[in-house]
Amino acid sequence: MNTDVELPLELAAVADLEAGALERLRGAFLLAAESGGLVDVAYRVLDSPVGPLLLAGTELGLVRVAFAREGHDSVLESLAATISPRIVRAPARLDLAAREMDEYFAGRRHSFELPLDFRLASGFRREVLAHLPEIGYGHTASYAQVAALTSSPRAVRAVGTACARNPLPLVVPCHRVIRSDGSQGAYLGGVEAKALLLALESHH
Amino acid sequence: MDRHRGVVLTEPALSKPERDATLPPFEVLVSTHGATVLRVCRALVGVSDADDVWQETFLAALRVYPTASKITNWQAWLVTIARNKAVDHHRKSFRLPVPASGSGVSDSSDGIFAGDARLGAAGHGGGDAVAHVVAANLEAATVWAALAKLSHTQREAVVFHHLAGLPYREVAHLLGNSPEAARRAASDGMKALRVILAQSRTVSERTSGEH
Repeated sequence: MNTDVELPLELAAVADLEAGALERLRGAFLLAAESGGLVDVAYRVLDSPVGPLLLAGTELGLVRVAFAREGHDSVLESLAATISPRIVRAPARLDLAAREMDEYFAGRRHSFELPLDFRLASGFRREVLAHLPEIGYGHTASYAQVAALTSSPRAVRAVGTACARNPLPLVVPCHRVIRSDGSQGAYLGGVEAKALLLALESHH
Repeated sequence: MDRHRGVVLTEPALSKPERDATLPPFEVLVSTHGATVLRVCRALVGVSDADDVWQETFLAALRVYPTASKITNWQAWLVTIARNKAVDHHRKSFRLPVPASGSGVSDSSDGIFAGDARLGAAGHGGGDAVAHVVAANLEAATVWAALAKLSHTQREAVVFHHLAGLPYREVAHLLGNSPEAARRAASDGMKALRVILAQSRTVSERTSGEH
């Protein structure tokens, strides 16, 4: 809300817009913007057992999943810089992603089947991400084991980096990559989130 | 992509977004300035047509947004677009904003009151709450109607400065006059507005007294 404007008394009566007026307008605006091909990135926030998740999608598919601790606002700013500033909160485009997420957290979904846009990961990072779904639901693999699947089998640290910067956590299961000593290791959603996900998958 | 393989072990663009060249996500503009732009649209074309003009404004802004990196005042930018859309709107509909008629709040099918009538009907809560909302809407409708009675320049000066909060420098830019002239128009407009509001209150008191 714009609070900078101090309205003269005579205009005070028009300051308050009736409840719902802006939301209704936004809805119509979003429909027109989508059908005009003007929305480069749509996003919504989904409540989940690991906290609010930011889901962002391009016309090609889901492009970013972000945990609250990453700072949703700064993630959106980063998307504005790297993809396009034409970013709006438009839940409809993310309906499929949200539904699959809900099913996953309910233990009813073991793999995601939705279009993904991998443009935020390139080169070796992308290669690593492409291999992660090979670690099945309820299983884990070490960073070294994942490196062994790639074209650079010794690049264990780079696998760690690729997981830490996975733009599509949960959907691309970097949480299934653990340390060689069997400890769970770090996670961009936090160690508690990683533990929760691994426990969830071991029970379903 | 593949030709970079092995070289790009470090981050590409993600770690170093070019902050200074970066525009905020468009959503920020909608949520920060949506309400102000709606008030401006209502003041310029009336409540019922304001929705269309608001939507056209934000669609036009979204369309050119990626090339708007030189813009420093988003509110002024959006208000300017809204004003242009309002002009287009008047040109299309061949009429000026509702010349509010007399005591007004009754059945005017013209723009300004229609939205408020609909709102009153929508009703929030019950009893006192509804009465309160209805009273607030009547009050707002009176102000919109009074604004519509001002001369074109005065109305725009009042709307851009007092309602949208633009500095006189920006108002003058929009009106094509000097900051001093813009200030005078806004001040004269506010004086005229007070007179019109005082008259319409007297009228409505007299009307309600008769019943």
